[in-house]
Amino acid sequence: MEHRSTLLAVLVVSVLALASCATSAQPDQLVLITHDSFALSEGTLDQFTEDTGIDVVVQTAGDAGSMVNQAVLTKDNPLGDVMYGVDNTFLSRAVDEGVFVPHTASDIDDVPEALRVEGDVVTPIDFGDVCINYDVAALADLGLEPPASLTDLTDDAYADLLVVQDPATSSPGLAFLMATIDAFPEGSEYDWRDYWADLFDNGVSVAGDWTQAYSVEFTRAGGDRPLVVSYASSPPFEVLFGELDTAPTGVMLDGCFRQIEYAGVLAGTEHPGPAGELVDFLLTTPVQEDIPLNMFVYPANSEADLPPVLTEYSVLPERPVQTDPSVIGAERERWIEEWTSLARS
Amino acid sequence: MDRGVDIARPLVTRHRRRWQVVALLAVPMIFLGYFFVYPLISISVRGLTVDGSLDPSIIGDVLADPSLRRVALFTVWQAALSTVLTLALGLPLAWVFARFSFRGKRVLSALTLVPFVLPTLVVATAFVNLLGPRGMLGVDLTGTLAIILIAHVFYNVAIVIRGVGSFWSSIDPRLEDAARTLGASRWTAFRTVTLPLLTPAIIATATLVFLFAFTSFGVVLVLGDLTHTTIEVEIYRQATAFLRLDVATTLAVLQIVGIGAVLAVYAMLERRSGSAFTQRFGEAKPPATRGERIAVRGVLTVGAMVLGTPIALLAVRSLRNPAGGFGIENYRNLFGLPAQSAAFIDPTEAVANSLLFATAAMVVAMAIGMLVAAALSLASRRTGRVLDTFVMLPLGTSAVTIGFGFLVALDWPVDLRGTALLIPIAHALVGIPFVVRTSSPALGGIEPELGEAAATLGASPWQVFRTVDLPIIRPALLVAAAFAFAISMGEFGATSFITRPASPTIPIAIFRYLGQPGSVPFGAAIALSVVLMVVTTLAVGSIDRFGTRQVGGRG
Repeated sequence: MEHRSTLLAVLVVSVLALASCATSAQPDQLVLITHDSFALSEGTLDQFTEDTGIDVVVQTAGDAGSMVNQAVLTKDNPLGDVMYGVDNTFLSRAVDEGVFVPHTASDIDDVPEALRVEGDVVTPIDFGDVCINYDVAALADLGLEPPASLTDLTDDAYADLLVVQDPATSSPGLAFLMATIDAFPEGSEYDWRDYWADLFDNGVSVAGDWTQAYSVEFTRAGGDRPLVVSYASSPPFEVLFGELDTAPTGVMLDGCFRQIEYAGVLAGTEHPGPAGELVDFLLTTPVQEDIPLNMFVYPANSEADLPPVLTEYSVLPERPVQTDPSVIGAERERWIEEWTSLARS
Repeated sequence: MDRGVDIARPLVTRHRRRWQVVALLAVPMIFLGYFFVYPLISISVRGLTVDGSLDPSIIGDVLADPSLRRVALFTVWQAALSTVLTLALGLPLAWVFARFSFRGKRVLSALTLVPFVLPTLVVATAFVNLLGPRGMLGVDLTGTLAIILIAHVFYNVAIVIRGVGSFWSSIDPRLEDAARTLGASRWTAFRTVTLPLLTPAIIATATLVFLFAFTSFGVVLVLGDLTHTTIEVEIYRQATAFLRLDVATTLAVLQIVGIGAVLAVYAMLERRSGSAFTQRFGEAKPPATRGERIAVRGVLTVGAMVLGTPIALLAVRSLRNPAGGFGIENYRNLFGLPAQSAAFIDPTEAVANSLLFATAAMVVAMAIGMLVAAALSLASRRTGRVLDTFVMLPLGTSAVTIGFGFLVALDWPVDLRGTALLIPIAHALVGIPFVVRTSSPALGGIEPELGEAAATLGASPWQVFRTVDLPIIRPALLVAAAFAFAISMGEFGATSFITRPASPTIPIAIFRYLGQPGSVPFGAAIALSVVLMVVTTLAVGSIDRFGTRQVGGRG
């Protein structure tokens, strides 16, 4: 991935792979399918090659939704051996379609129970909490305290201050929608649809994706919205990537949704054994400790040490919302459609 | 090319022509058949298959859905408006670039392609800085139709400037002069002499602009809101958010059918103007009269404001250091972010990959596109219409659909999925219509008698092409090459939706940086966008230069 010649190498390798098509127990390479945000330090994957003699070829497949769809479409003749980056909002679709063959990772017991899925068919690799972030200075200029709860956001004081993402096109947008559904469940007197009607009345802005919200509409980027749906890990990265001493943004710890990303062995791989080893490898502490500063998420393995900037500047919500993937799978389309018609009215 | 002329020709010539058309089309048809039609049919069948059998009932449901009908209506409406506005700005600029020489023309001409390659999110940040809630221009246009239209003009005006401009410059200005000596006013001379000659090129470029606006994805996703959305965005939502492949493919099929119908009507209206007068170049002169000077200056000023302001803003923004103040910090950060993160992409690697893919895409698009254009110039009128419509279709096809189509189809007879080969091929699919559209008005302007005369004198078909046709179509080919290159530099089309080797290009690196919190990655993204602009300008400039030198001819 780091060499200019990789391109050529991939071409040559894929042609060779076509030509040989050998089904040996020990392949020369494994293909890891992942989303566009995938990143690890140079050399991290080389450890796997040293341990096993197998090269890892990384292939990217667009955003998470696009990746899952591709996996479903190609499940009879998969594009790779391992897929990493399916999150809990897309998981049930992938599992129900039979994209994965079950594989229980060797270090799975180091992963907190709350992150794991039934039967451990796929392996949690990382997680991140989607929470409302606020611009400390911009709120101070307005003479406002940071909001403390989802209900505060419908208060007149916070009118026209919040930007969220469209849950149909953005995964943090969907996560925030599910946090509100959990807080204002269907069947209660005031449910999430009432809540969102109030949010829209209060002038919430809807952006197409995270970047549009955070890098364009957020006050820190020059926009006019001091409240934005982002991650609990965003403030430490503002410190790290802004070369600052104190975090310029804060996190509202109510109404957070936990996104968990999984890796699994793709059904139809010719090398389920080595593919399983690659999944195991992703959960080992060297990889886990490399993940946070590359992908801005927390490692799933509790044995992994966190980089100091995360421990110093980040607060994790105590009880983030975790909706059962199968419930999400069954309801997401209806939720998004109902939300969309609310937003358009 | 006229039927009357055709009939008057000896039967043998017509017969030979038919075989020439077939021979020219063999490779393009195999290419488009395998990389366009086959994936499209595969994914449509897959999307419309319910429990193992084809079930087209979803088409009725989609047609009956009022919200989808609104989306369709908005798509057509904004595309038509965008086309009109783009022509309104582009035609005067095309005139200035075709007819006048002025200082900095070469650079300005290459710069017009810059908007074309800029990632939408980057353009969006510039637009919001100008036209957002705290915008410098004092009006907030976010979430309105207006900002979408302005963005479409910004992106597509280069198509008109270059597409019409290259054709315009090949029209002998002495024609208009002659009309004026006969007493016609400047306007009458333009309307009765030049405009009819220009019409095919205007129609050709207008179609391209319309299709680009029609299938607009990034601009609408980023600058639009929930009530301003296109079919293309809806296909993406249905496919990736709702996982409704059936609805997505239905919309994609309806989109193609609709576009095919529009194109067919265009093809019927399009008069293939043949004119022996359109064969002189290099007549650009400095503006001579006071009126001309004012007009040229005025047109260039308006053009510079619309195209230049967002670009200049990005350039200035790239020099604002993350920690405040001005400097080159953002550029230095490209070569190693200060923090210990490795979410860092080697900029030289990204530039090299982009150039490699873009060159490959350009070569493929030029080869296929020129064969099609050559066949079009020889084909009968009816065949020409069908062919012309068909090769335009990839431009009107949803990128998600083509991307997913590649996945379900291209594992046969060899598995091409996941290989780097598909990247230039997917880009070439978008480039081919450009090559065909920009070169066929020029080819249509060649009198067949010229080639026939050369052939009578013993020239081989290749010699005829090289010595007669090529010099005439040279400006058009350069335009086509530049667009095919730029399309790939900007990562247009299906490549965002296919599995590919993790080899970063410049746009991919920009997205990576934009996806991270903090002012350092954001600054790096803007700096890299400026790098993308500079690399594109230099590359397009050298394509122009290379082409001019290689095919010197009469220039």
